[in-house]
Amino acid sequence: MHDTTGFKVFRVITVTVLAVFTLVPLYVMVGSSLKPLGDVRGAFTWWPTNLTVQPFIDMWSTVPLARYFLNSLIVSTAATIASVAIAIFAAYAVSRHRFKGRGVFTTTVLSTQMFPGVLFLLPLFVIFVNFTQTFGVQLIGTRLGLIITYLTFSLPFAIWMLAGYFDGIPRELDEAARVDGCSHIGALLRVVLPAARPGVIAVSIYAFMTAWGEVLFASVLTNDANRTLSIGLREYSTQINVYWNQVMAASLVVSVPVVIGFLLLQKQFVAGLTSGSVK
Amino acid sequence: MATTAVSEKDDAGQEQQPPARPRRRSGWWLPYALLAPAILFELVIHVIPMITGVWMSTRQLTKFFISNWTAAPAVGLRNFQVALDFDSAVGKALLQSFLVTCAFTLLVVVVSWTFGMAAAVVLQRSFRGRSGLRTMFLVPYALPVYAGVLTWNFMLQRDTGAVNHILVDNLGLLDDRPFWLIGSNAFWSVVVVAIWRMWPFAFLMLMAGLQSVPQDVYEASAVDGAHAWRQWRSITLPMLRPVNVVLVLVMFLWVFNDFNTPYVLFGTGQPASGDLISFHIYNATFLTWNFGLGAAMSVLLLLFLLLVTGIYLLIVNRESRRA
Repeated sequence: MHDTTGFKVFRVITVTVLAVFTLVPLYVMVGSSLKPLGDVRGAFTWWPTNLTVQPFIDMWSTVPLARYFLNSLIVSTAATIASVAIAIFAAYAVSRHRFKGRGVFTTTVLSTQMFPGVLFLLPLFVIFVNFTQTFGVQLIGTRLGLIITYLTFSLPFAIWMLAGYFDGIPRELDEAARVDGCSHIGALLRVVLPAARPGVIAVSIYAFMTAWGEVLFASVLTNDANRTLSIGLREYSTQINVYWNQVMAASLVVSVPVVIGFLLLQKQFVAGLTSGSVK
Repeated sequence: MATTAVSEKDDAGQEQQPPARPRRRSGWWLPYALLAPAILFELVIHVIPMITGVWMSTRQLTKFFISNWTAAPAVGLRNFQVALDFDSAVGKALLQSFLVTCAFTLLVVVVSWTFGMAAAVVLQRSFRGRSGLRTMFLVPYALPVYAGVLTWNFMLQRDTGAVNHILVDNLGLLDDRPFWLIGSNAFWSVVVVAIWRMWPFAFLMLMAGLQSVPQDVYEASAVDGAHAWRQWRSITLPMLRPVNVVLVLVMFLWVFNDFNTPYVLFGTGQPASGDLISFHIYNATFLTWNFGLGAAMSVLLLLFLLLVTGIYLLIVNRESRRA
């Protein structure tokens, strides 16, 4: 089937407008990260005339970026592992068992995702303060507090998407494994999980992205000891002179891992979204 | 084998045991055990704080009581009265923030959906460069929020930013360099940035939805003489209805609750025209340390969202019953 001329014109216009809208900020980020400080303090120029990689070197010493990076890495990795592990078992239960409260569980878990963050933030902050006083376990200003908070942020979507993946794996596989002497958990770990590997990887990337990009809770649950990138990057701009070239360089460096991960797995995401929304 | 599996699943709650393999038969508690960790963490981080938040909203929980919260005096619905007294400064600011958020949400959801739909439709059929474009469009969504919004913050600087460079120097549309992060322009700034981040999500969802629309329906309608616009109206839109129902609701809730965009874009400055509701409640609470009042505002926000969601689902369900 051939596209009509009208459709082709519409396509060219749409693609051009959206491409410019998408690319200009990305270009500014990359371009400005390669300019010396003097050039980003003056009027904006499209072409960097004095190319330099100095911002990528200086950014580590202007603010303790390496420490923030490490904090983000530890918090996001731990939250991802915990969230995916918990979600695998929950999704298996939702996919393979019909039990009382199944509907209530899925609805409640999904709807918590939809409620405003401030609603949980204020009480959670007060609860954490009082928990620390009562039990002596620091939750504000520690990575532990962030990890247990963040793991719940990706949990609902992870359960939903993994349950969709598990639904696509024939039950005969579990049954065969059980006949061969596997327990329920054994069947999950040895048969279902390997078959759902693309889904598990996609969900892991999603969970990591969620924790890596979180701002609201990081702004009150972190202090100098456990500051993550989301709040740490703002420190460049609280200096008297904003080091915009370093801000852009740092933004670029912290984005590359998650953007590549997401783009490599976009097919699995789309598959997960459709398999989940069919239900 | 399959039939055994089904019957066993249905009887999961009963004590009936198939005689063949009694030891492998799971107990009724197994699904609950599998769910236990998920339920535990959801309770601790979401459900309990939510209930606590409602309780807090009836207390005078100021900074003096933060570390000894149970001693905070009960004030009934006074916090709600303060928040809803639109003659007072607190109430007036909250109302203003609510109205700004409504306008913001409407614009961002409508434009994001339109962009996402247009891109999904033009990328539906293969042509050269399609997969490259698809990947490129998804980058703003994949970017960490703060990285993308900080870049916009730099672009919206009055003297050194790219936006004024384009508008004033490149296109000559304006004579003066406007401020974009303070004053009334801040509203348009936060709208554009939010659209930039949100529309790829609409695109992703609609693209996924379009994959289930069979190609031969289009071919048949083309034979009948239907053009692209007509095909979109009569085939694409109705087929995408289930996706749209979910997408519009999810976008509404996310955009209405958006905290990250104003927080990273405006920092400590808090222009009235860009004072979105989550950002407003956050600032109102942590500037004054009046957690009781902040909790009351949060509860009001929740009630509003529940009301809108309820009405939306009611309308959507009635329409699908009629159809």
